[in-house]
Amino acid sequence: MSGAAREFIVARFADERHVVDAVRAVRERGLRVFDVYAPYPVHGLDEAMALRRSRLPWATLAGGCSGFVAAIAFQYYAAVVSWNLNVGGKPDNSMLAFIPIAFEITVLGAGLATAAAFLARSGLRPAIRARTVDLSATDDAFVVALRCRQTAFDRNLVERLLFEHGAQTVAWKVLDL
Amino acid sequence: MSSTAIPSLRPVPALRPSARPVAGDAGDAALREITDDVMRPLVTRPGAGWWACFAASTIALTIGVAMVAYEIATGIGVWGLNRTVGWAFDITNFVFWIGIGHAGTLISAILLLLRQRWRTAISRSAEAMTIFAVMCAALFPLIHMGRPWLAFWVMPYPNSRGPLWVNFRSPLLWDVFAINTYLTISLVFWYLGMIPDFATMRDRTTAPVRRFAYSVLSLGWNGSARTWSRYETATTLLAGLATPLVISVHSIVSMDFATSVLPGWHTTLFPPYFVAGAVFSGFGMVMTLLIIVRAVMHLERYITAAHLEAMGKIMLLTGSIVGFAYATELFNAWYSHNVYERYAFLNRLAGPYAWCFWIMVGCNALAPQVLWLRRARRSVPLLFVLSILVNVGMWFERFVIIVTSLHRSYLPSSWTMYRPTIVEVGTLAGSFGLFFTCFLLFIRVLPMIAMWEIKAGAGRAAERRA
Repeated sequence: MSGAAREFIVARFADERHVVDAVRAVRERGLRVFDVYAPYPVHGLDEAMALRRSRLPWATLAGGCSGFVAAIAFQYYAAVVSWNLNVGGKPDNSMLAFIPIAFEITVLGAGLATAAAFLARSGLRPAIRARTVDLSATDDAFVVALRCRQTAFDRNLVERLLFEHGAQTVAWKVLDL
Repeated sequence: MSSTAIPSLRPVPALRPSARPVAGDAGDAALREITDDVMRPLVTRPGAGWWACFAASTIALTIGVAMVAYEIATGIGVWGLNRTVGWAFDITNFVFWIGIGHAGTLISAILLLLRQRWRTAISRSAEAMTIFAVMCAALFPLIHMGRPWLAFWVMPYPNSRGPLWVNFRSPLLWDVFAINTYLTISLVFWYLGMIPDFATMRDRTTAPVRRFAYSVLSLGWNGSARTWSRYETATTLLAGLATPLVISVHSIVSMDFATSVLPGWHTTLFPPYFVAGAVFSGFGMVMTLLIIVRAVMHLERYITAAHLEAMGKIMLLTGSIVGFAYATELFNAWYSHNVYERYAFLNRLAGPYAWCFWIMVGCNALAPQVLWLRRARRSVPLLFVLSILVNVGMWFERFVIIVTSLHRSYLPSSWTMYRPTIVEVGTLAGSFGLFFTCFLLFIRVLPMIAMWEIKAGAGRAAERRA
């Protein structure tokens, strides 16, 4: 969703409750909210924006399972197949003794997969230009961005709606988001 | 929720021009103040207190570097350890530092899952403490190898010797994996937690170099609600992973001892006993650090007496668990009717190292009992003294476990005494130097309080009031 500059209506709020109300009202009018920008995760916004549940837990599960299988398989290969070493007469396949490392690698795989999936899915990476809508959104304000479409978009109505729900400023901005 | 329930059903009044606010008054002043307060130590020159602490830490670090350099150049014969007491000062320090780290994970992960709001003010610095403590801990097995340049031998990698793999049945190798995993996951968790704050600082900083650094570190974060939603899922998942991880790490450290046959070590009590002790010592260190930091950096508004009181309660709980474990160990030794086991504990109670044992009992099991009193939990000077006592006591606990068990085991012919040399003491001082130097730099260059979490707490408090 990047590339060309597009027109947005950007409303700034000082209170998180107003944002949630405004988003709900805008959506009830059948308009789409492009995104909301906030200095912290706002309670109730997920429901108001009708965001889907994140599928990140699947990445965690996949990472954990891969880690576990890899750790068990590798330990078995090293201790039984590749070079079996007699340590104090213990069996080559000391599977119980392989569990602690398998556990650690499970957690490592799950954790790294979660973090990587989160960063990839959110488009967060070094040397990227921050798609900032309003500088205060990372500090003290809550910002709602609506895309202005050519048709079926009454700008006055939207502005009024936003002000009514506690917006402090409403601006018309051309942004490259 | 708000009283404007179904806005779409009401007729929309005409837009009055007076409804427009004047430019520049947008934003919540309370939130902006949090940003200002947290960023202040990063943009102002440090005071004399910071410089004094920094000078002391770097001096200790320099001593440590010199001692380690001397030891590596000469060999571990410069230490006081010997054939009988092969694990001495350095492994004591290793377990001590690893334990310190555990409070950070407890605060950032377990208390997050338990929805303990008070953790937000201290979580960031506790996580930083975890990372620095694990770094200090890793130093000791490394130098204990004698040839630290061959440390990579502990990793299973294809080699020209067979390939000869590492021994996966050894708890010492489990330790390698546990600690590396712990360090990695802690770093990831710490960094992810800081991304929103980096973005805040990027958008507030004008100095070009700093701004560039924050831009790179913030990975293009713009506060999008979609990202925040995923972010909360990701951090909850990582917290859920870190919780069993932290328990496994110190359990595995305890297995270094418990899987051996040495009297005083060979006990199934060790994993829970070590985990409780680790959390206890970690909270002691968090308390020490934060009491200093809140005074030096003037953050009393954020790290309040209530936070210290909550930490005091956890210290009381874990200290009592540790005390109970001491009693259980003694009871088991008596109840086992095993002469070696009994002797090991009699030797702890009344042998040549008995003074260490009684320091341990006094500092860890008895001293925290004063925290039953609310007045004691609210007294900052008393908490400070107590936190130092806990640090000392927990260091001695590891010394008692390691040295008293080793110096007189089965064969009286190999009984001996151990005393550290100046090189070992200097290395311990150096590890404290490394820890405090890292921590002091941390509070100058990174936001030591999670701004976004404090803001979220403030926002939700307002919501609850409404």
